[in-house]
Amino acid sequence: MTPAAVPPAPVTPASPETGTASPADGAPALHAAALALGDDALVLSHRLGEWAGHAPVLEEEVALANIALDLLGQARVLLSLVDDEDELAYLREERAFRNLQLVEQPNGDFAQTIARQLYFSVYQNLLYGQLADTESPLAPLAAKAGKEVAYHQDHAEQWTIRLGDGTAESHERMERGLDALWRFTGEMFQPVPGLDLDWQALREQWTARVTEVLEKATLGVPEGPQSGAWAAGAGREGLHTESFGRMLAEMQHLHRSHPGASW
Amino acid sequence: MVTTTPGAAQAEQAAPAHHAPTALEAELRALAGSVPDPELPVLTLAELGVLRSVRVSGTGHVDVELTPTYTGCPAIEAMSTDIEQVLREHGRDDVSVRTVLSPAWSTDDISAEGRRKLAEFGIAPPRPHAADGPVPLSLTVRCPHCGSTDTELLSRFSSTACKALRRCVSCREPFDHFKEL
Repeated sequence: MTPAAVPPAPVTPASPETGTASPADGAPALHAAALALGDDALVLSHRLGEWAGHAPVLEEEVALANIALDLLGQARVLLSLVDDEDELAYLREERAFRNLQLVEQPNGDFAQTIARQLYFSVYQNLLYGQLADTESPLAPLAAKAGKEVAYHQDHAEQWTIRLGDGTAESHERMERGLDALWRFTGEMFQPVPGLDLDWQALREQWTARVTEVLEKATLGVPEGPQSGAWAAGAGREGLHTESFGRMLAEMQHLHRSHPGASW
Repeated sequence: MVTTTPGAAQAEQAAPAHHAPTALEAELRALAGSVPDPELPVLTLAELGVLRSVRVSGTGHVDVELTPTYTGCPAIEAMSTDIEQVLREHGRDDVSVRTVLSPAWSTDDISAEGRRKLAEFGIAPPRPHAADGPVPLSLTVRCPHCGSTDTELLSRFSSTACKALRRCVSCREPFDHFKEL
């Protein structure tokens, strides 16, 4: 976080057991919370960064990169509360990541990326809103980042409406994206240790907002369960979907190949 | 050349009560505040409202508090380096620059002079906040080139996260708008 040079951390890949803070740190719950939210931000940031060079129009390329940058900033603050940010981002194994399965889902087409943005930005904005009003050490970050996330939400909502209420093709693609990701939305409302929030209210407000936007977009709220055959909350427990390993391999390979390198 | 901005004054009040700045601290703050923003060099850090405090300890250590405009703003590291450099040039070798997040920076922290300079530079300055959250995008943004209020949004995110891209319908020029935060 500071411009002072940080000596390269010893290269000891964190095992799943050390992925969360040990009780000796004195604040295991806080660390678990910072890790969960930090991993959400980090992983989604990387996914959005994958659009660089591939977005449908230049303005959207810039928009998605800027949203990714905001998320990366949040991730750096949150992960630094837990341990060395680079070590956490680049040297943990898949099972040590605590992000939601929603944010690790592949970009798909632009509509599917927007669906993921809609589901997540509405959630993150509500979560940060609640967190900012608590005594948590994470409250200052939540207050700061919440203002940025409001723009992410606006971006996602405007695109959802435009695509849903657009051509037959864009409507169908938006619907497909929303349906494909619906089963990952239940996990968002699984209480996270260390976050003293009203999760039921969060779920109700999220559902009300998403429903309102989808109605404006002439789209229906997806039907079907909001979690897969496994228990909701899997991502928070370190269980991830198939594509996440490939994403991590790409994200981490430079740092693992050249430990401590800088430019 | 540095004037205390309303935003900076507000931030000082919100910070825990510390001693009143000494003459030395005021001088160092003026120096740090005169550093130009790395991405918007027409503005100083004081005008941008990101410099929170400058304190000197009994041992002569200088502690600078800086707040980012956006959490992920990559300019913060360049700002820190530039502040350290300008203070070093004035004989202060023991300097640390810390990033603080609370109270969160707001575009309302940009000084009146800063807003004037932004417009002169071709960037529509942020509008003052009425309430929490983003200003509704339906509100008018004035073209910094011709002054027309007939402008349209092209993209919510522009050359940096803090700006939106707009186009003037009257003079057809595209321009950046510093988004309200």
